[in-house]
Amino acid sequence: MFGDYSIGDLGSIFVMQGFAGLILFSVYVLMALGLAIIFGQMGVINMAHGEFMILGAYVTWMTSNLFQSYLPGLFSGYFFLAMMLAFLASGALGMLVEWVLIRHLYKRPLDTLLATWGLSLILQQAYRSVFGAREVGVELPQWMLGSLKVTDSIEVPINGIFVMGLTVSITCAVAYVIYKSRWGRQVRAVVQNRIMAGAVGINTEKVDRYTYGLGCGIAGIAGSAFTMIGSTGPTSGQLYIVDTFLVVVFGGAASLLGTIASAFSISQTQSTLEFFMSGSMAKVLTLLAVVGILMLRPQGLFSLKVRK
Amino acid sequence: MIINSRFFNRSELIGFVALGLILFVILPLSLDVFRLNLVAKYLTYAFVAIGLVLCWGYGGILSLGQGVFFGLGGYCMAMFLKLEASSVENTKIQSTPGIPDFMDWNQITALPLFWQPFHSLTFTVLAIILVPGLFALIIGTAMFKRRVGGTYFAIITQAVAAILTILIVGQQGYTGGINGMTDLRTLKGWDIRPDHAKVVLYFFEVFLLFGCILIAQFIRLTKLGRILVAMREQEDRVRFSGYSVANFKIFAFCMAAIFAAIGGAMFALNVGFMSPSFVGIVPSIEMVIYTAVGGRTSIFGAVWGALLVNFAKTGLSESFPQLWLFGLGALFIAVVLAFPNGLSGIWADHVQSRIDRLVSSIKKKSGDWTSNSVADGAPAE
Repeated sequence: MFGDYSIGDLGSIFVMQGFAGLILFSVYVLMALGLAIIFGQMGVINMAHGEFMILGAYVTWMTSNLFQSYLPGLFSGYFFLAMMLAFLASGALGMLVEWVLIRHLYKRPLDTLLATWGLSLILQQAYRSVFGAREVGVELPQWMLGSLKVTDSIEVPINGIFVMGLTVSITCAVAYVIYKSRWGRQVRAVVQNRIMAGAVGINTEKVDRYTYGLGCGIAGIAGSAFTMIGSTGPTSGQLYIVDTFLVVVFGGAASLLGTIASAFSISQTQSTLEFFMSGSMAKVLTLLAVVGILMLRPQGLFSLKVRK
Repeated sequence: MIINSRFFNRSELIGFVALGLILFVILPLSLDVFRLNLVAKYLTYAFVAIGLVLCWGYGGILSLGQGVFFGLGGYCMAMFLKLEASSVENTKIQSTPGIPDFMDWNQITALPLFWQPFHSLTFTVLAIILVPGLFALIIGTAMFKRRVGGTYFAIITQAVAAILTILIVGQQGYTGGINGMTDLRTLKGWDIRPDHAKVVLYFFEVFLLFGCILIAQFIRLTKLGRILVAMREQEDRVRFSGYSVANFKIFAFCMAAIFAAIGGAMFALNVGFMSPSFVGIVPSIEMVIYTAVGGRTSIFGAVWGALLVNFAKTGLSESFPQLWLFGLGALFIAVVLAFPNGLSGIWADHVQSRIDRLVSSIKKKSGDWTSNSVADGAPAE
């Protein structure tokens, strides 16, 4: 397996594959963050999470088209507006879904799984009807193209660095909102004891709706970031949903730190293995390892010391 | 609930007879062979759905990986049929005669070791039951002994379905890849493709299905079935009463896996091919919806659910391909939000009560009572 490469080459391979893994890591983290909020905090299994992400990707695509045709001068900055729009669109749809569907099902977590799966089928077909079955790709502004040459054999793409920067800032923002802000305290209070939270005057229904909206909104941002590294089709979201759930479960459902750690280890394992074997076998081995570890340690990497 | 000494109560007996009449008499008489073969294909999912009634409806364990067991059963059967179809005479033009065509296309020159035993039909039949059963035993033991259940179990079984699909697609040379195993021809020299063979296979399948229904009904009525229900409702109390909750869960999960595998094997026989598109996440969730539509605690409901959802799917996707996904999605949501007990719930709440009222009024009037009026109405759902 390593025979044909020199030590220096191997080093470069690990760095480059490691970087490719970091981009995958960023998408996983952004998707898993939203899911960790919805699944970890609320206990709702949101199978439509991938579709919320794809909504963000389509919003980004539409914004870039708009800028191209009407505001070509500002094209280099379209992405920031697109990201906000993606957050708002996915978040708004999420709140609507919570109001129509999810709020009736809080006592039946397994049923949320079936209902949101139905929702994801409807959304997929809606995307197919509206945007067509073909995958679409956005045009990146000039400054995001190209790559940085670190050494002779190591190059890192700029859009990758941007996605990573984005991930770090979103993660910090989410951590701040959940752990430091007043609203985040209400969310955690509702999670820990819904009845008591209601008794001390927290509007638990409103908290639920906004929490679900926030999770979906972050999925929208993930979709926005996703457009920079891949093309978007109606079923792209479904490809990521199982991986993302594994990331969240592997990390320990209620722990943001665990989510990040597990996203990191899964993405790094997968992209490093990908260099030495076919992509499908790399994925099989990674998923098998995750399932195997989960069988030995069902509570995930990091778990809250709470008995339920 | 009072323990019923009889195997079927009255309405169950009517359901059983009605289903038997429809599957054994009415459908074979009224449908042409092509449609009958479609029914046979749909009924293979009914096996899975009955398994899910035991495991999900009674045991409360939602498995999103039934496609795995359906696929394992189907692939075991398909491997046997494929080997028989790839005799040396049939595959003369290949660079290595005597091995399946897809192996030849993938530059494999000898039959892999794990394919060898599938020359024997006895081994194949055993493998159809044992391979998925053992696999379910391993997964079930690993998860339930550590008290993993509910949503976590669902997600992990789903991951297993994803892994198996990627593996089958990726290992093209050994499994036939994304196309699966096609061109299956004979079973011990008996051609499975002509019309009369399809009819024979249909009846064989319905016999097996009724066997599975009876087994499921037996499990439901014994103490075992009652412990499953108790476990679903109050797991801790059952545990404190001294029962090993994990073992009962493992049993239910293994039974569901074996039923699914029988369905998969019948699928390979009836449809004549097996591919990874019946293994993965999407088909596994669709199998859950058959059970949910039929009513998750109703064995007959599961059969009806599998039949009706698939008829709707074929009908809608033939004429309005766009609408099918909307319809299926709406069905998921409607079943969860509005009809948690599915068709059997609607039947029990709206139809059965009216029939009962009708029957009692007739009884009052004439003093004698026949079950004809009930039997006529039964299949109309």
